Amino acid sequence: MDRHFISGVALLVAAICLLPIGGVVAAALLGNLDTLRHLAETVLWRYTWTTLVLVALVGSGSIVLGAVTAWLVVTTEFRGRRWLEVALVVPLAFPAYVLAYAYTHILDHPGIVQTLLRDVTGWGPRAYWFPEVRSVGGAAMMLTLVLYPYVYLLARAAFRLQARAPYYAARSLGASGTGAFFRVALPMARPAIAAGALLVVMETIADFGTVAHFGVQTFATGIYTSWFSLADRAAAAQLAIGLLAFALLLAVLEQKNRGAASYALKGRQAPFSRTPLSGGRALAAQAVCGFPVLLGVVVPTIALFAMGLRSEQDIFSPRYLEFLHNTLKLASVAAIVTVSAAVVIGTFRRVHPNRVSTAALYVGRLGYAVPGGVIAVGLLVPFAGFDNWLDARMEAWFDVSTGLLITGSIWLMVAAYMIRFLAAAIGAYDSGLATVTPNVDAAARVLGRSATGTVRSVHLPILRPSLLTALLIVFVDTVKELPATLILRPFDHDTLAVQAFRLASDERLTGAAVPSLIIAGLGLIPVILLCAQVAEWRRTSVAAT
Amino acid sequence: MTSIRSRLLTTALAATMAVPAFAQGELNLYSSRHYDTDERLYSDFTEMTGITINRIEGNADELIARMEAEGDNSPADVFLTVDTSRLERAKDAGLFQTVESEVLEARVPAYAQDDENQWFGFSQRSRIIFYDENDVDTPPATYQDLADPAYENQVCIRSSSNVYNQTLTGALIAHLGEEATLDWAEAVVSNFARDPQGGDTDQLRGIVSGECDIAVANTYYFARAIRKDVDGLSDSRDMIGWVFPNQDSTGAHMNLSGGGVAANAPNPDNAVRFLEYLASDQAQEYFSAGNDEYPAVPGVALSPSVAELGFFKPDDLDAAVIADNIPAAQMLLNEAGWE
Repeated sequence: MDRHFISGVALLVAAICLLPIGGVVAAALLGNLDTLRHLAETVLWRYTWTTLVLVALVGSGSIVLGAVTAWLVVTTEFRGRRWLEVALVVPLAFPAYVLAYAYTHILDHPGIVQTLLRDVTGWGPRAYWFPEVRSVGGAAMMLTLVLYPYVYLLARAAFRLQARAPYYAARSLGASGTGAFFRVALPMARPAIAAGALLVVMETIADFGTVAHFGVQTFATGIYTSWFSLADRAAAAQLAIGLLAFALLLAVLEQKNRGAASYALKGRQAPFSRTPLSGGRALAAQAVCGFPVLLGVVVPTIALFAMGLRSEQDIFSPRYLEFLHNTLKLASVAAIVTVSAAVVIGTFRRVHPNRVSTAALYVGRLGYAVPGGVIAVGLLVPFAGFDNWLDARMEAWFDVSTGLLITGSIWLMVAAYMIRFLAAAIGAYDSGLATVTPNVDAAARVLGRSATGTVRSVHLPILRPSLLTALLIVFVDTVKELPATLILRPFDHDTLAVQAFRLASDERLTGAAVPSLIIAGLGLIPVILLCAQVAEWRRTSVAAT
Repeated sequence: MTSIRSRLLTTALAATMAVPAFAQGELNLYSSRHYDTDERLYSDFTEMTGITINRIEGNADELIARMEAEGDNSPADVFLTVDTSRLERAKDAGLFQTVESEVLEARVPAYAQDDENQWFGFSQRSRIIFYDENDVDTPPATYQDLADPAYENQVCIRSSSNVYNQTLTGALIAHLGEEATLDWAEAVVSNFARDPQGGDTDQLRGIVSGECDIAVANTYYFARAIRKDVDGLSDSRDMIGWVFPNQDSTGAHMNLSGGGVAANAPNPDNAVRFLEYLASDQAQEYFSAGNDEYPAVPGVALSPSVAELGFFKPDDLDAAVIADNIPAAQMLLNEAGWE
């Protein structure tokens, strides 16, 4: 009975996720290929190449930064480790486009760094070479700095759940610390790292704000150019299918790769104990963990403060309180809805490991690689159609006008956020679930728990850290989300991200720094909550053993 | 217990559902004018008339897509944009209705309104050439001059995905034909001082920092730096000269910001009243004083910052022609390698 309930809800979620994608496919098929042909002859290959370079840079950068820092904070002890462990998550709170504003302000030709350089050296304005911040490399740096925490969060959770026995077995068999890390610990954490990297890559190909600000033309900007400038929505849809196919390919690879090995822990095992570091090694660990915090948090915060102080934005005005209220409301609702959907989809696959549930899992992850604007319009068309149909029926039958019941409410936005960020929630939940051996489920079922009962009384408690991580990621992502919010929000539902966008698109970057800082500040709250909670669990679990 | 809970849930859900804003005394505005300074413009209207303004601001094409999807039940009363090509697009999509208003007829000049009275322009800005007075002795006098090899490595202009560059190119296609415009675009690209990047303000700041000698930008970005402090620009603006291009021929390229009444407007009377307000002296002065634009209504006083730019001959090319040329302009810029 309740197994059917889970299947039903999971299929409903998958259907909602498919709706905008179906819309995209339909739009793509309805149009002709003239625009696509023009793009293929002129800019398409450059778009594709730029996107691939960006993906390679951001993906590898995030894996290295995320996995290495996660390993260090889980398995070693050094001065400052405690707060670095928390601080390493914080860059997640910055939207990449905000980092782009801040770093442009610092590094572009009229910026502080280059001006100082010219003043000190006396070089002419064009007599020297300086790395261009508005470039593919610059965009890769911004995206890596805000996205590596995905890998870090998931890898940290995985290292923590990992048993120390295999690692020490490798050490005792003569492997060096680094060797054991690469040959034992890292492969065991592979599902988590791969899940994190998949999120990073999907977010990278869907990014519009950062690359648009830098003038870097990618596949995603090509979608908007086709839609807006070339006025060809079908061509935009055809390009969006390209992104979708790429995302699907990556998701399948990741899942296949994971399927090759079982990562569940067997039996009860002791976690890692921390190796104390001192001297040069402690310094090196501090430098490695401090580097992303410095570039991803400290520098942009100082820059944004400096910019914001000169603007006329009044953060205590009723308008700003309204922005804040809307942002918090939407992010909380979206986080709860999305993580619930992820639990249902994950459980569906756990209880019925068949083709349908696997397909539901893939479908649920696709939205992350699609630019928010594409999802928004894909949702708007069918839902507005439904609203208009319902309104006409109600008018005819009961003489009541229902207007735009769903389209005019926040629920369409929540649906868009869910589709967009479900992959992040699934990534966190499902990779955690992979470390719970199916024997646990079997035991619970033998002891008389139903399928949903197993989820409720076994999975959810065990996976509390993964669930909180998922909530945190969706909350922060929603706070930062812009394109879908811009298109779908009801009247007077401006968020902080909308206000930042409005000021930035009017080229008032000093003003945009103010809402941007509040966005980052909001992201801090769940990060701190999460860390406090995790520390609490660790204490109680240590007490229990 | 369960029934109470489900009833609470139903109530909570109902509270979040949309309440259609059809009440008297409301105006629903879809706008792609994203200027924070417009707040005053709207609050003054509410103060004068008692009509509350509900707003959704966003990208023009996305708002058009939204209105199309919403169809008969769209709550939009007025749709405002920052460029005429989007007004034409909305008109082509059947999103506007014809407005009969003596006030608008009398105040908005003929070239700034649609032939069928579906949309009206309220403010305009010119896209002009700025240059470094210390380094450039003979600045380009026309848009065509930007292609002159004499300016190799000197020209800064933003990306081809920017709408203002597209309308400028669309206007050139109308004046010169597609082939000549493609040659022009290719030659301009070879004069670039750097790859296109940033916004209009960034091109002007590039002159100050010395990376650019010549920059193309809309007038209000420079006028804003005259009126108030813009980082990296206001302090050094004395070194920047400007040219209103093509004064001996077609005139300087203009961008019209305007709007119309939505086809399915639930509050059409308020919508017309709002458009008439936008054409009033008070609002027109505010376009100039608040956002450094040129008022569309003749005879309205310019703010000092805008007046400092001087008077010039505008290009009065039909907006519909430019709108039709936009896709061709984007394709041509792609072909020319204008990133």
